[in-house]
Amino acid sequence: MSLERFLQNAVSSWMSEEGPDSDIVLSSRIRLARNLKDYKFPIIFSREEAQEIIHWAERRLSRNSYQENGHFEFLGMDSLKPIEKRVLVEKHLISPNLAESSPYGAVLLSANEEISVMINEEDHIRIQCLYPGLQLVEALKTAGGIDDWIEEQGTYAFDEERGYLTSCPTNVGTGLRASVMMHLPGLVLTRQINRIIPAINQLGLVVRGIYGEGSEALGNLFQISNQITLGKPEEDIVADLLSVVEQIIERERVAREALVKTSDIQLEDRVFRSYGILANSRIIESKEAAKCLSDLRLGIDLGYIKDISKTILNELMILTQPGFLQQYAGGPLKADERDIRRAALIRERLILEKKDEQGGNVQ
Amino acid sequence: MICEECNERPATLHFTKVVNGKKSEVHLCEKCAQDKGEMSLFNGGAGFTFNELLGGLLNGVHTFQQSAHQPMVRSDELRCSKCHMTYQDFIEIGRFGCSECYDTFKNHLNPVLRRLHSGNVVHTGKIPKKAGGNISLKKRIEELKQELKELIEQEEFESAARVRDEIRALEREIHAVQEEGGDE
Repeated sequence: MSLERFLQNAVSSWMSEEGPDSDIVLSSRIRLARNLKDYKFPIIFSREEAQEIIHWAERRLSRNSYQENGHFEFLGMDSLKPIEKRVLVEKHLISPNLAESSPYGAVLLSANEEISVMINEEDHIRIQCLYPGLQLVEALKTAGGIDDWIEEQGTYAFDEERGYLTSCPTNVGTGLRASVMMHLPGLVLTRQINRIIPAINQLGLVVRGIYGEGSEALGNLFQISNQITLGKPEEDIVADLLSVVEQIIERERVAREALVKTSDIQLEDRVFRSYGILANSRIIESKEAAKCLSDLRLGIDLGYIKDISKTILNELMILTQPGFLQQYAGGPLKADERDIRRAALIRERLILEKKDEQGGNVQ
Repeated sequence: MICEECNERPATLHFTKVVNGKKSEVHLCEKCAQDKGEMSLFNGGAGFTFNELLGGLLNGVHTFQQSAHQPMVRSDELRCSKCHMTYQDFIEIGRFGCSECYDTFKNHLNPVLRRLHSGNVVHTGKIPKKAGGNISLKKRIEELKQELKELIEQEEFESAARVRDEIRALEREIHAVQEEGGDE
């Protein structure tokens, strides 16, 4: 398969489109946890219960269409190959938990992959809405609409006092987890991030690096989300997160300006060195790729590099994960083979940019 | 420093717990710490899982609460009639087995939820149309009753009469919903 064709199939809209503030916010996500009243929660439900829920979802959710989003595609975990599951995880459409340990799990996907509904994960139903850029309010609205529609097809476990009942007490109440993925190279390079993270934690929000091991943030990417789900209305949870995110965006912009002012040539050098590695390397580990992609994206945002699309970071961060590389290769790969494939994929992807550029210039 | 729990032995273990930004300090001797389950946070050694941490947190709540209130029913003997999960299971797994568990363990949940949700124990926010039944109507009526009281105090009787009619209409609606519900 050519890379172009592969990309057409592999890239979800949140990876390829630009949203508001997308120079810093890569994506916004809303997740709602819901359970059906009459069944035990997935950690201890019986096989029969699990299958009943799966049948319910297939019958009631995938065959009816929801508004303009049309039909949801129903994918049972038992019918997917391990690599296919891994790709869905890397695209953030399903959780690792659903892929690995839910034999009776399934996912419903909208055609543009902005909406996914996981069935029989930790809760019976997990609605997820993933948008490019900073669009938390919009994502909450969409997720809320799907929530209302799903409720018409079944009966939720809800308690007047505790709200939406969830398997884990950390999700009870609204069942809402709102999160944004942010690219913060300015705050990392100016070492402000170490002071900002504890401050954010104090506000009942959680910051973690994505794709990194432990707290290490790979590629200067951070995910910020709400911790509290009980006793605070959905709109307030999102508004509070949004106000913190907006302040971080402001700080990041100031940090980037300061970096350009104080060390313009050093920064430009860093960006172009990374560009050189990405465009020429024959073997590249995921950690190095993440670092270089972050530099490249910063270079695009600051105007050092003009002929590459901004969404390259979103796209390549996902496409260079092991699952995707193996899908592109058409079979399993060992770690050292993956590093070779990763380098090749990045090189080819950068060449596509050049082709687009030339194509665009033909008059 | 003397142990806060037994007030006898010197406190050798000092815990600082930070939950959602709220800091609390506990000073204990080794024996009391072990009894209270605080040590469980350390015994796991490397490789903490979220479940273990959450379990440790719930466990802490559980023992503190027992020593404070001496409840008549020991919480670890509670068993959910629908999914047969015990309170002890809940603490170990950190997950409820079914929606009934919330009711079964009701009397023990407030300290747990308070810790996890910055002191909150009651839901505010979205109410589902169907499962919520007439909760949203009831809440609206409560708001209107408050408004009515204020209007009467301000001697705005014309507006008060309008609000009163609205309350009556909503009450009729609840009645209708309940009768309809009986048919299903």
